[in-house]
Formats: sequence, C-alpha cells, structure tokens
Amino acid sequence: MSNVKLTIDNKTIEVPQGTTIFKAAKQLNIEIPSLCYMNLEALSIEHKPAGCRICVVEVEGRRNLAPSCSTEVAEGMVVRTHNMRVLNARKTVMELILSDHPKECLSCAKSGNCDLQMLAQKLGIREIPDQDTVAMSTYRKDFSPSIIREMDKCIMCRRCETMCNDFQTVGALSAVNRGFDAVVAPAFEMDLQDSPCTYCGQCVAVCPTGALTETDHTNRLIADLSNPEKTVIVQTAPAVRAALGEEFGMEPGTSVTGEMATALRQLGFDYVFDTDFAADLTIMEEGSELLDRLTRHLSGDTSVKLPMLTSCCPGWVNFFEHQFPDMLDIPSTARSPQQMFGAIAKTYFADKIKVKREDMIVVSIMPCLAKKYECQRDEFKVDGNPDVDYSISTRELASLIKRANMDLSNMPKSDFDNPLGESTGAAVIFGVTGGVIEAAVRTAYEVQTGKTLERVEFEQLRGLEGIRQATIDFNGLPINIGIAHGLGNARKLLEDIRAGKSQFHAIEIMACPGGCIGGGGQPLHHGNAEILKKRTKAIFTEDEGKTLRKSHENPHIIKLYEEFLGKPLSHLAHSLLHTHYTTKSKKTIIIK
Amino acid sequence: MSDYKIHVLVCGGTGCRASESDQVFDNLTSEIKNQGLDKFAKVVKTGCFGFCEKGPIVKFIPDNTFYTQVTPTDAIEIVEEHIVKGRKVERLLYKNPETEEYISDSKSMEFYKKQYRIALRNCGIIDPENIAEYIARDGYQALGKVLTEMTPEEVIKEIMASGLRGRGGGGFPTGLKWDITRKVQNDTKYVVCNADEGDPGAFMDRSILEGDPHSVIEAMAINAFCIGAKNGLVYIRAEYPLAIDRLKTAINQARECGLLGENILGTDFSFDIELRYGAGAFVCGEETALIHSMEGSRGEPTLKPPFPSVEGYLKKPTNVNNVETYANIPAIINKGAAWFSAIGTEKSKGTKVFALAGKINNVGLIEVPMGITLREVIFEIGGGIKNGKKFKAVQTGGPSGGCLTEKDLDTPIDYDNLIASGSMMGSGGMIVMDEDDCMVDVAKFFLEFTVEESCGKCAPCRIGNKRLHEILEKISEGKGTKEDLDRLVNLGNVIKDTSLCGLGQTSPNPILSTLKAFKGEYLAHVIDKKCPAGVCKSLMAYSIIEENCIGCTACARVCPVGAISGQRKELHTINTSLCIKCGACIDKCKFNAVIVN
Repeated sequence: MSNVKLTIDNKTIEVPQGTTIFKAAKQLNIEIPSLCYMNLEALSIEHKPAGCRICVVEVEGRRNLAPSCSTEVAEGMVVRTHNMRVLNARKTVMELILSDHPKECLSCAKSGNCDLQMLAQKLGIREIPDQDTVAMSTYRKDFSPSIIREMDKCIMCRRCETMCNDFQTVGALSAVNRGFDAVVAPAFEMDLQDSPCTYCGQCVAVCPTGALTETDHTNRLIADLSNPEKTVIVQTAPAVRAALGEEFGMEPGTSVTGEMATALRQLGFDYVFDTDFAADLTIMEEGSELLDRLTRHLSGDTSVKLPMLTSCCPGWVNFFEHQFPDMLDIPSTARSPQQMFGAIAKTYFADKIKVKREDMIVVSIMPCLAKKYECQRDEFKVDGNPDVDYSISTRELASLIKRANMDLSNMPKSDFDNPLGESTGAAVIFGVTGGVIEAAVRTAYEVQTGKTLERVEFEQLRGLEGIRQATIDFNGLPINIGIAHGLGNARKLLEDIRAGKSQFHAIEIMACPGGCIGGGGQPLHHGNAEILKKRTKAIFTEDEGKTLRKSHENPHIIKLYEEFLGKPLSHLAHSLLHTHYTTKSKKTIIIK
Repeated sequence: MSDYKIHVLVCGGTGCRASESDQVFDNLTSEIKNQGLDKFAKVVKTGCFGFCEKGPIVKFIPDNTFYTQVTPTDAIEIVEEHIVKGRKVERLLYKNPETEEYISDSKSMEFYKKQYRIALRNCGIIDPENIAEYIARDGYQALGKVLTEMTPEEVIKEIMASGLRGRGGGGFPTGLKWDITRKVQNDTKYVVCNADEGDPGAFMDRSILEGDPHSVIEAMAINAFCIGAKNGLVYIRAEYPLAIDRLKTAINQARECGLLGENILGTDFSFDIELRYGAGAFVCGEETALIHSMEGSRGEPTLKPPFPSVEGYLKKPTNVNNVETYANIPAIINKGAAWFSAIGTEKSKGTKVFALAGKINNVGLIEVPMGITLREVIFEIGGGIKNGKKFKAVQTGGPSGGCLTEKDLDTPIDYDNLIASGSMMGSGGMIVMDEDDCMVDVAKFFLEFTVEESCGKCAPCRIGNKRLHEILEKISEGKGTKEDLDRLVNLGNVIKDTSLCGLGQTSPNPILSTLKAFKGEYLAHVIDKKCPAGVCKSLMAYSIIEENCIGCTACARVCPVGAISGQRKELHTINTSLCIKCGACIDKCKFNAVIVN
C-alpha cells in the first residue's frame, strides 16, 4: 500500500494509505480528544462509530468538520486539529453531551475514573447553558446480580455494544429508540437479567461513564467485617494480584500478592485465603474427569462426549446455557475454583475451626463480574445459605483499601493463611488464557504417563491470539487442545463441535479478553489493551517463582483428599465440587 | 385500446382514493355497463393527476375534459350527459378562480400549462396495473434498446451526457454514480431503489410508484445492466400500501412478460427485483442507513467512505437511486441525452417534481422544467396564495431545506441556486406560507420533525436538535432572550458542522434561514414578547372591542372555560388569566368584536 503525505497543524507527515487522521496525528504527538473511539489493538478491536463528534478536525476544502477517528488521510490533506472553529465545535458538542448527563458526580461509582469527567476538564467546560430548563433523558435503574445499568448516564458511545455483539457475540445490548430517547438496552428494553447477558462485564470494562457499573458489595462487606459474631473469610483469585497495584499507581504488571494479603488482614478478615488453593483442587477434579472421559472414549465408549470443555469461567457457563443449550453435557462438571473454595470452606474448614455454617461469611475477590452471579446460583447453596456469600471485584477491593486509608505501595508483604492459602504455580496461571488447560496438562500428563515433566511450561498453549490450538504428546498419545478467549471465539469452536467437525480432546474457554486478567471487574484499561500483556507477564512470573508448580503436588490438597474427600471424583467430591447446567435459552428446543 | 371511442380516466392515487375515487370508478363502470356502453367507453383507474386540491379527478380522453371533485353519485350524470348526450357536466368542470370561467380542457388550465412531465409522463394516463398500457406508451423500449444495441459504457455515457442528477435531494450526477459502481470489481452487485420518501408533504415517489411502477422497474433493469448486477431491491416504506401493491403487481407482470427474470428479452442479461419494507424512519432515506435497515440492522447511518457504490448492501457494491431519478431513465434512453439536456439550466438538467403544499390554492403534485422561477410555480401553477393573503415564504427541501422569501421568487429553480439562497432542492417538497404564518412556529414545526426523526447516533443531532427545539419553544412562549438568538445560530452552525449524516447536517437550516430572513419577527418574540403573525398562543391576548360588542352573549356561551362574562346587551369582557386562547369566541362573534393582540 502506498504512502500518503499530509499536513497536520503545520507539520508534514507521511503515513500509509488508509491511516486515519487520528492515528496520523498521534504519530506527530498531537493528541486529539476523543470519547466514543476505542482501539484495543492487542485484541484487534477498533471501535469507531464516529458518534460523539468530539474528535472532529478541520480539513481544508471540506464543508464540514471531519471525525478524525474514522476519516482516512488523503494526499495533500491539510488538517487543523485545534483551531478556534474546532475548539468551539468540540466545546459546544461537549456541552450538549453534558446537558443530557446527570450531575451526580459526587455519588457516582465512576467519579474520578470517568472518561466523560476527564474530558469535560480537558475541554475546560465550566458551565452548561440552560441546564435548569432543558429536558434530560430518564431511564429506570436496572439492577442485576452483577451489573447495574443507569442508562440516564449513557452517552451513546456504543462501546458496550461492540464488546457485547462483535467481540462476545452475546447480543444482549443494542441501541433502541430514536433521537433523544435513543439508548443502549436489551431487546424490548427488558431487564438485563432477563436477557441473554452472560455478566462477563466487558461492557462495564469499556463504559466511559457510570452508565454501566458493577453491583457493589463493599458496604455490605464493611458491615460484615464489623460484626464480631461473624467469621469472615476471604479468597482472592489469581488475576487480582496482577492488576490491583494499578489502582495504586503502580506499573501495570506489578504483582502485589503479599501486599494484598496484608491489606486484607488489616481490613479485618479473619482468614485470608487464596482461590489458587481451589484452583489446584479444580485441576484434581477436572483433570481426573478429563482422563476418565478420555480413557472411556478411547476404549470405545460412545456415551462419553469429547472434547471436554473447561467450566471455571462463569461468563462462559452462562453463555453456553443461553446459546448452546443442546450441548450442556460437554463442559466439565467441575465447579469453578470460587465455588470449590466456598464448598470446602463451609464444610471441611468450618468443621476444623468449629464455626457454624451460618456464622461463616465467605467473600471472594474476583477480577470478574459474572462471579457475583455465580455465587448466588441455587446449585451452590445449602439450605439457602450460599457457599460463597458474595463476590467483590478488584476495583471494589481497591476502593475499600483506599477507604480504609491504606496504601498498597507501602504495605509490608505477608503470606496467605493455611490450609486454604497454599497453592502451586499451576493455580496462579488460571488467571490468563490458556492457563487452566496448561495447569491441567501438567497434572494429567504426569498422572496419565506416570512420568515426571522435565519442563512444566507449555509455550504452545500461551499467547493472546483469540483461538489457539496445540497437540501435546502424552507418551505417544497425541492430545489435541483448543483454547479460546472471548465468547465470539468460543462460539466458533462450539459451532465446530455442534457440526461434528471438532478434533479436540479438551478445550479451555475464558469469556474475557486475555482470560481473567482482562475480566470485567479489573482496573479499567481506558482503551489500553497493552496492559493485558503486562498482567499476563506478572502471572507467569509468579508461576516461575513458585517451588511447587503442579497442582497434584500441593501438600494441602493431598491432605484434603486424605482427611476429607477421599479421592478425586469420589462421592463426596462429586456432591461438593461438581455441578450441573441448566438451559437458559428462551427458544423452544425440539428433542427427538 | 383503439376499440374504445372514449376513455374515462379516474384517479386511483392515494389522495383521490381517500375521497372515494374507488367508488367513483365502480359507479362509472357499472353505469356504463347498465347503459350498454361498455364496448364504446372504457373506465381506467390511473395514477395521480397531480391536481389533488380538487380531487377526485375524472378525465375524458380524447377531449381532455377534466372533472374535479367528483363524488360517487355524480357517476350517473356524467355517463348520461357526457357519454350519452355528449354534453359536459359544467358544474364539475374546473373554474378559473379569477375569471370564474369554466375550463373544460385540462391543457388550458394554468395548473398544467407550464408543467413538463417526464418522470410523471404516465401518471394519470395509464392503468398502472396493466403492463400493456405501459408498453403502449413506449414502455420497455429503452430496456430493449439498451440490451440489444448498447454497451453498458454507452448507456452510462448517455446518462452522463443527459446531466441527470439525483432527485432524492443530494443532486449527485446519476451517470457518474453508475460509472463508479460499474468500475468496482465484484461478482455480486446490487441496484437499490430508494423509495423511503420521508419529507413531510412530499409524495412524488409514492405517486410515481402508484401511477407508473414499470418506469422504475425498467430503469432498475437498465441500471443493473450497466453496473453488472443481477439483483434489485426496492426499499419502500410499509405505510405506502397502494404503492407496494402496484409495484408487486407490476413486478409480477414484468416477470410474466420476460422483462424480469432469466435471459431478459432473449439476451444473457438476467435481473429480478425484491421489495424491502421500511418502518418509516426519515433517516432511512440516507443511503447508508437504508442499507443497514435492509440488512436487518438498526437503520442508522455510517460514515462515508466507504460509499455504497464500493461497499453497500451485504458489503457488495450497490447503486442506490431515488424513485424519481429512475423514472427519468427510460425517457432519456428513448429520446436521447440531447433532448433531456436541452431542458433545464446549465447545471441542472431536465425537470423536477414538486409537491405543493401549505397556503397555496392548487395543492398538488407538479413537474416543471428546471430553471422555472418560484414565482411561476407559486403564482401561476399553484394559483397563488389561498384566500388572497400575502405571500410570506416558501420552504423547499423539506425539514432539511430553508425558507425562501419574496426576494428569491424570481430566481430560477435549480440545485445550485437553491443552495446559494440558503435552502436546497431536497426531494421536492414545497410548503408555502402566508402572512398568517409565524416563522418561529414554522421553524419549530420542522425542528419537531427532525428531533423525532434523528436516529440518535451522533451527539450533535441527538441532543443539539432537541436543544434547538427547546430554545424555539422558549421563544414562542415569550421566555426567550436575545442571547437565545445567538445560541440558536452558534448551536445551529455547530450541529451542521459536526453531525454525522445529512439529517443533522441540514436540520438547523429552517432556523438559520428564517432567523436570517425574519430576524425582526424573532426579535418581536424575544423583546416585545409579541407574535406578529398571531400564532404563538402564549404571546396572544384576547380582548373585546367596546364599539363592536352588542352583548349578544354568544361568545360567553361558547367559551369552554367560562373566561367571558357580561350581561345581555352589555359589553362583555375576557378574563385573560382564564382564557386558553382556543379562538372559539372569535369564530362565534358575528360582529368582529373579539380581537387578538
């Protein structure tokens, strides 16, 4: 492709044909303000609806202003990005957007982290004309277990739609109504919880305002932590430690495991445990299930379905329950680490410390919003009491730590408590795409072949490509493994399975880009997907630093089986650590 | 056709049908049969005659007798008098309002004298549900010529030479569009007819589809031949049921005759047409929005480029043209580019169909050569302003256009002159306003429309138009300030400058143009708190003139809120705090005693 020469703000630049003005300007270090535009380069998602019109620039010879995010350069183009005509237009459009936005910054969940607020500052907005008399959009607040929609704060950037439809292919959100009443909503403006939403939270992760936020449990947690009659236990997911530091100004990719443990203890949790422990347990159960299904399949048992799909990711579970109700027997029956942890905490551990189930509160810290929904599923309750009482996101934890006047960057490190705090490197990598299957392979290989792995890293399973595949040699037995992150990619693999075209024995699926490190509950990336790569690196570094890197070597897991569960897939293990799936599809399924 | 001595044409357009023209048709048919004249005279249901003001229309061929406002009960008299006795039914003839003379021959009517019908050539003449009648008037001859004697390049050259520009509003050269689409390499291409006519008061596309659907089908086939498409789609709003019906009938007939389908006219050219229904969103007339709507997505525009010619329906090269544009094509092929380009002005060739509406005597549909003046259109064809009132302004181009005034009346109408005058051609709506119209109110009316019809995708159009409307509302309520007028201008200009599609890029035009031409009227609203035209209710006060009031009590009795008090034979008074300004008292008073300030 040939190059194009143009002038931006009196500076000449040559860029490849097809480059947008916005990107060309960036190369000249000219920052054009933007709002709806989002470029997640690492994920190949470029969202440029040209809807907000903040990034408009003047192009000589053109009648009207051009949206720089989506206008391609042309030979000899003369562009002015900040002249008075542009500034006046930008300011006026911004005033318009703000005139239809609630002025609730004081109590808004997004305050301080809001793209709209930052832009208003940048553009020097000091007043909104006629604010008292103009009409404002109104919309009912829509509560769901994971996500709160306050669409009166929606600015129609449509980023959520791109994530929900193009990336995730969930199709829960689209623009409805016209003109001033236009808003992003589920079909027929139904509530989110009646829609096919998976609660993956990617809409929340990209929302520039407080229109989409997580269902916040921090105040409930403060109440529980201040109640002396409750034993409050916390578990933290692997991806949290790789991202939490960002909220305290640390470089992305800084691991804060020890600091976090100290902070949690200072917040008043009675026991600070690690979901990684349960991840090791998951490998024991899921890995055993895989070997069992493999063995039976290879010996000709046609009732056994392959490939087996992982089931740790609640967004993914919701996705197949909604969209692939005819394939509910394919995913592993193993519960997610969060739920395995809860089940063990409120049985094995509760007995150990002699606390009654109803006096114990299990809280999880998750990079995820779907976990909020998962822990309240009926399957994971005993007499109405949930195994995990509630889940808070990485962002909520950061906010709570700040509220308690603690700074993570000055925090001394400490270890998790035992016994549910011990974990291996295999568990840590659950936080990135490909990690669960790599952890499973580390264990399954040794169990199946009886040999010790010389090298535990399976590089062929790693990376950020949406769909990856690899064949692992299990001592002469080739095992085909598929990996997908992002539900749109998952859909492709599932459709192959449905069509009988899949050659895989096992598939790992994570709903979010990059896996849990890119979860809907993580610190906001504000359009910079490079952060995901840094978080990934942090996770693998943590794995390398561990002495034990295979789940079946975790001494506390071994002890748990000896003292309590018996062996993987035992009757007790089944009742505490496995689950079943239900169809959520509203379509009528005809069963022959 | 030649067997009949008389053809009785009955308008079957939507307007006349609303006034029972179907019943007129039935009664005429059965009466002719009753009288045993059905071998002698034939009744034909045609498309729109354009003279909607005086519908239903019945026209006799060959003598061009033009009956207006015919009711079903007139059928017997018409048959007995005109056909049996050979006498015209004078009372149903058009009466020249100035001379009070009855005019029997439509060709002598001012309304038709200056018209030049190309796109509407068959409307009001043929039975649109009978392909034979279309063929009898050279229908499908152009397609035959194109398929057997011409190459696509030659056809495009001819269209380019004709100077035809898009009639949907943009005015883009049609031949050039075809040429661009033709040159894009792709095995699959589409031709799309944009029949999503949405301007308030405009109904030319509907009338063409109702009155002469084959002209569009033929043109689409020619278009497809030129660009290398096999499939055509007509995007038509579902609220045009009659047009849809007639189009469907025409498509079926064309298929039966081998004019659509495989190997048309024995050549290796194959082409067929499907319909796609729109839900009536104005923005879907914008071609990218139209394409998204056809694809089943939300009907909202996307940035151009890519233009539909390169990446359109289902991402394939797509040529989108408007109904009226298409209707011109067969005539251009048949009569040649030179003939067509001899009509009109230097840069705007041919004719344009306008829908006359508002305070004009002859409301209806007209087709005039480009270059005609507004004065000719309004005062000659349109018969001047209703009730002898004074002309104030005319809005061309629908809600995207602007208001033109007295000073523009003698400017020749074409694409460029209208833009230079601060308005635009648009699809050809022409709304005439008289001295009783308030320009703030007129601007508000159009803004109300764009606020309603904005898709909501881009911020300036979604929110900005709403704010403009709110300011206008404020002004018409007497709460406006001088600063509001400045805000209207700045906001209007920014909306034009920053909106994504043509809707927002033009929606402030009605405000900006009226503000320019009628600044005084706006100032009267914000400074004197008066509406000079007496339209803005909040700025009106009703009162009773002492000298004229005889105390008849009629006004007090009709007042719905009891705001008028007074004894019999004594002066009445209006309590302005109770008055809702409904105007009932003015209508009731026979002594002109109630006035509005």
